[in-house]
Amino acid sequence: MANELPLWEVFIRGQHGTAHRHVGSLHATDAEMAMNNARDVYTRRNEGLSIWVVPSSEIVASIPSKKGPLFDPSKDKIYRHPSFYNIPVEVKKI
Amino acid sequence: MSNPRIHLALRMGDNSLILSQQNSKWCGHAPTLEEDIALANVSLDLMGHAQMWLEFAAEVEDEGRNADTLAFFRDTEEFRNSLLVERPNVDFATTLMRQYLFDAWHLEQLLLLSQSSDTLVAEISQKALVEVRYHRERSQSLVIRLGDGTIDSHNRMQEALNALWSYFGSFFEDSKDDEMLFDLQTSPMPSSLYPRVLEQLNQDSVLSTLKIPESEFWQKGAVQGHHTENLGYILAEMQYLQRTYPNSKW
Amino acid sequence: MYAQEVKSTGSKPKSLSSMSAKEKAFQEKIDRGQRIEPKDWMPEGYRRTLLRQMGQHAHSEIVGQLPEGNWISRAPTLERKTILLAKVQDEAGHGLYLYSAAETLGKSRDEMTKELLSGRAKYSSIFNYPTLNWADMGAVGWLVDGAAIMNQVPLQRTSYGPYARAMVRICKEESFHQRQGFDIMMKMSFGSKKQKAMAQDSLNRFWYPSLMMFGPSDSESVHSAQSMAWKIKINFNDELRQKFVDQTAPQAEYLGLTIPDEKLKWNEKTEQYDYSEPNWEEFFEVISGNGPCNTERLAARNKAWDDGEWFRDGLLANSTKNQNSQIAAE
Repeated sequence: MANELPLWEVFIRGQHGTAHRHVGSLHATDAEMAMNNARDVYTRRNEGLSIWVVPSSEIVASIPSKKGPLFDPSKDKIYRHPSFYNIPVEVKKI
Repeated sequence: MSNPRIHLALRMGDNSLILSQQNSKWCGHAPTLEEDIALANVSLDLMGHAQMWLEFAAEVEDEGRNADTLAFFRDTEEFRNSLLVERPNVDFATTLMRQYLFDAWHLEQLLLLSQSSDTLVAEISQKALVEVRYHRERSQSLVIRLGDGTIDSHNRMQEALNALWSYFGSFFEDSKDDEMLFDLQTSPMPSSLYPRVLEQLNQDSVLSTLKIPESEFWQKGAVQGHHTENLGYILAEMQYLQRTYPNSKW
Repeated sequence: MYAQEVKSTGSKPKSLSSMSAKEKAFQEKIDRGQRIEPKDWMPEGYRRTLLRQMGQHAHSEIVGQLPEGNWISRAPTLERKTILLAKVQDEAGHGLYLYSAAETLGKSRDEMTKELLSGRAKYSSIFNYPTLNWADMGAVGWLVDGAAIMNQVPLQRTSYGPYARAMVRICKEESFHQRQGFDIMMKMSFGSKKQKAMAQDSLNRFWYPSLMMFGPSDSESVHSAQSMAWKIKINFNDELRQKFVDQTAPQAEYLGLTIPDEKLKWNEKTEQYDYSEPNWEEFFEVISGNGPCNTERLAARNKAWDDGEWFRDGLLANSTKNQNSQIAAE
């Protein structure tokens, strides 16, 4: 359908100090309208303190078949996690 | 019902009630899903305002009535809403234009009422104001877009504006009660709002390319309870269950 | 349920050993309880079945606005009016979330809408029944939403990520719907004689159509077996229907209402209720367009779409103009 209103992705930051989270999408002609619609559609239950809207076509996603090269290198870097290190019981807090 | 505070509360409450009632009939029938949801939000806000104002009217009256009895057991001549809000839905252009004109008046009215010497009036108005600022922004933005959209959308919005215009004047009709309320610094004279509202509409019209009608021949009578024919039908539908099965709990 | 007639590939699910390497990896991922995401590889049958199911589900929400929307203007108190409007509005929202989920597979909302409007896509049979009295607002919430929840709660674990996430949101919002319905039923059942009669009449009319919502028995169906292997479908229809009857029968008793089924009886042995099957012939008639309100429902949706065209076109034209004037200014 050539004349469909463009698709926008909606991200909302809620009450509890967490980061913006993707909640869904909607249709709107431009940013202002997308913002209004996001408020009406996705914050009916007092969910949001801040809204981001992004044209869906502007989102660049990683490609699943390239998942190996993208994410595998970080799998074996176990030294980045605190559980890698042994701390003697006598030493209580580090 | 001689207390002028009741007059004000009914004027505010009935406007919100009748407009909400009319808008709510679009639920499930609007041009886009987003619009369906947004318009329902406006209706819900207005219904909330209506409940506050009518509750306030019932309290001042002190005759054991409440918001529901006022909504469901008064007849047309006791309603104090403007003639604009009772105009039939007709189509989405009319509905949107009706909302736009209402919002332009409503926002100015609430801005002034939130400064009222009557603390209860001020309190209710401040609560409503938060939501109505958004209503005004939303309907303004849509009217501007559709006015300056296609030739078809422009014509439809212009026709709706022309058809509704003389009923719009009903918001600015003064009465004796209004004079008393004005003296008490409870509320402004309704007619005094017209220049401010018109200024807003004129500003918007630069962008919407719609032509604000020049006529100031207004349909009158709402402040005395003389309404258009359509209000009778609106009430017949709205009050049907309460009237058919009186003394029931719902 | 809301997707009562979803046909999958039409053949039995393949065994792991007869699958290609890709198919096998896909199936194993589902078996491990991992989610499939939009850009992941998926078998064409999975994609097609999923789209059809999400479409039917979304359409059901949208058409589902109509029978209740009917009564918003006649609700008996301001509070009831507000609650009902908020509920019907939620249904529009749920339709929107589900269309959103389907759009992640590259099928546009307009495309799906066209399928609904032309009658090519189905929606739940239940919404082709009329709402005749105020107690129907109670019965729809209590029975129809009650039945819907039975199906929607497990769907939060469905294998397709966007669908599962939409269901989480929907279930969260839906939780007040059934309660407000039961609340209306209580007021009506414990109200005046007239009110109680309305409540009973409503239960009489909505009982069997509610049982039909789960769809015909499918424990033998190859479509269901494939959908279950893919975790697009979580339970068999009879399983959910039984659960629904077991849950609802005591509630009806509490209300002092009689479920219109002489065979309905607690069975000590099976520890569940025995009940009569709905008339499946009627179900297939309704699903294929011959229910009492099919014509009105589709006509209402078509009218909304056709009458709204100038509105959508106007908005688009305006944004194109603005973009052009921005470009000109740069």
